[in-house]
Amino acid sequence: MGEAAGVTGAVETGVREDRAAHGGDGGGWDDGPLSRTARVLDGVRAYRLIVAMWIRSTMAYRASFAMTTFGNFVATALDFLTIVLMFSQIDSLGGYSLPEIAFLYGLSSTAFGIADLVVGSMDRLGRRVRDGTLDTLLVRPAPVLAQVAADRFALRRLGRITQGLLVLGYALLALDDVHWTVLKVLLVPVMMVSGGAIFCAVFVGGAAFQFVARDAAEVQSAFTYGGATLLQYPPGLFAQDLVRGVTFVFPLAFVNWLPALYVLGRPYPLDLPEWVAFLPPVVAAGCCALAGLAWRAGLRSYRSTGS
Amino acid sequence: MGSGRLYAAVAAGGFRRYATYRAATLAGVFTNTVFGVILAYTYIALWDERPHLGGYDQSQALTYVWLGQALLMTMCVMGAGFEEELIERIRTGDIAIDLYRPADLQLWWLAQDLGRAMFHLLGRGLIPVAFGAWAFDLTLPTSVLPWLSFLVAVVLGVVVSYGIRFLVSLAAFWLLDGAGIIQMAWLAGVFCSGMVLPLNVFPGVLGEIVRALPWAALIQAPADVLMGEADPVGTYAFQAGWAVALLAAGRAVQAVATRRVVVQGG
Repeated sequence: MGEAAGVTGAVETGVREDRAAHGGDGGGWDDGPLSRTARVLDGVRAYRLIVAMWIRSTMAYRASFAMTTFGNFVATALDFLTIVLMFSQIDSLGGYSLPEIAFLYGLSSTAFGIADLVVGSMDRLGRRVRDGTLDTLLVRPAPVLAQVAADRFALRRLGRITQGLLVLGYALLALDDVHWTVLKVLLVPVMMVSGGAIFCAVFVGGAAFQFVARDAAEVQSAFTYGGATLLQYPPGLFAQDLVRGVTFVFPLAFVNWLPALYVLGRPYPLDLPEWVAFLPPVVAAGCCALAGLAWRAGLRSYRSTGS
Repeated sequence: MGSGRLYAAVAAGGFRRYATYRAATLAGVFTNTVFGVILAYTYIALWDERPHLGGYDQSQALTYVWLGQALLMTMCVMGAGFEEELIERIRTGDIAIDLYRPADLQLWWLAQDLGRAMFHLLGRGLIPVAFGAWAFDLTLPTSVLPWLSFLVAVVLGVVVSYGIRFLVSLAAFWLLDGAGIIQMAWLAGVFCSGMVLPLNVFPGVLGEIVRALPWAALIQAPADVLMGEADPVGTYAFQAGWAVALLAAGRAVQAVATRRVVVQGG
């Protein structure tokens, strides 16, 4: 850990110099002189530096890294194995074939995997609030959001993304009655990126909630892991009210359901119009904005444990 | 102090320790309930395709979902019991102090774990099952006897689960870092306990293997006893057999481990 601490010091110095170059006064995140763009760039730079530090620290133990990445891959692959086991007994689930469910699964798993890799460490925030170590981050001259998101960055989470991409690859090879158009082909990477952004917003919003909830951090898993599991199955399986909820209130349906149903040429739930398939980038932007506001409110309400 | 009273006190301490975090318990109940709802709908679709799959009708399959969510924490299927603490004590050398104590290491942690399981059964189990029974059509017995048989199967299941996790923890005497072995135990627990899919739905030889492994004692066995799908005596024999085997193995490993214990850091 001594080495890691040394690198942290280097990171902080780097950020400080950077801010000096920008003319920032280095006083917390609410400082006036920096423009919004400069602050975002500052945050991204801090995030990059901290992530690089954690990757270097992970790579000090290569065998351990290889094993935990493999473990992450296998653990997430069990999910899909369950679906394969189900299909050993049936030919279709709710009218969907295995490749079609694999398509939904691959997209959900990849999008969630991206978010888990980028900001997944944020579900540790509750612990930092509880033991008071968040205070350390507050006095550092880098945006707190970037620090918390990059905290203990776990490269092993590539295991989940790899698994999601493999299942997606299988689905794309096995789907034989999809009429591919340019639009549909383009929609696949768009879904992964905006789906990832929507899940990132869920993680950030969940972290904001942890400022208030503290011990109740596990509620977040219901929306992150629970959401990712829900999206692996076709919407037709679930109660209309549940589908309504994840479309209009908590818009997870835009991660993969609506655009994927367009690609598969399947009917939409809730009689939605066809163009909603192209909304994911807009929804993702909206979610990120809301999550940002929630984070700001959460951070403002933070009172240290005082001990 | 009689040793019986000592272990009762340790068990009560285990119960109280987990009962302290009320907000965390409520949050866990919420998460279990959400996962229960998601699983329940996928099972409805599965049993619509194949009624009587694995010998269950749809209502029994749904009952299985909610019992699984209720027993998840009780049986520590996904870990999060005493293992990390014991492994940390082995790694730091604090275990030497534990071995000096006038109490048996294995029984001490067993008592603590039974207390914990009792709390998780009440605190994390009751509400999800009640919610499941309200929202879905479950097959829960109305007489007392099946519930009592179920409780016996749960206690035996906890002892089997403890037996597995005690062995996992002792591996730290050789490995020092427990992360890898905990991950392996997690994988085996999630897959072989029937937490995601009832074990009687697993096809062919794979099904026969997982139904014979000790993890079958955790969720599948108590659920089948409650729903009247399995003969309680046979089930108890299966569970008790594994419990005795695992505890004996734990005792043997402990004997070897304590003979070679080298306290780190002097």
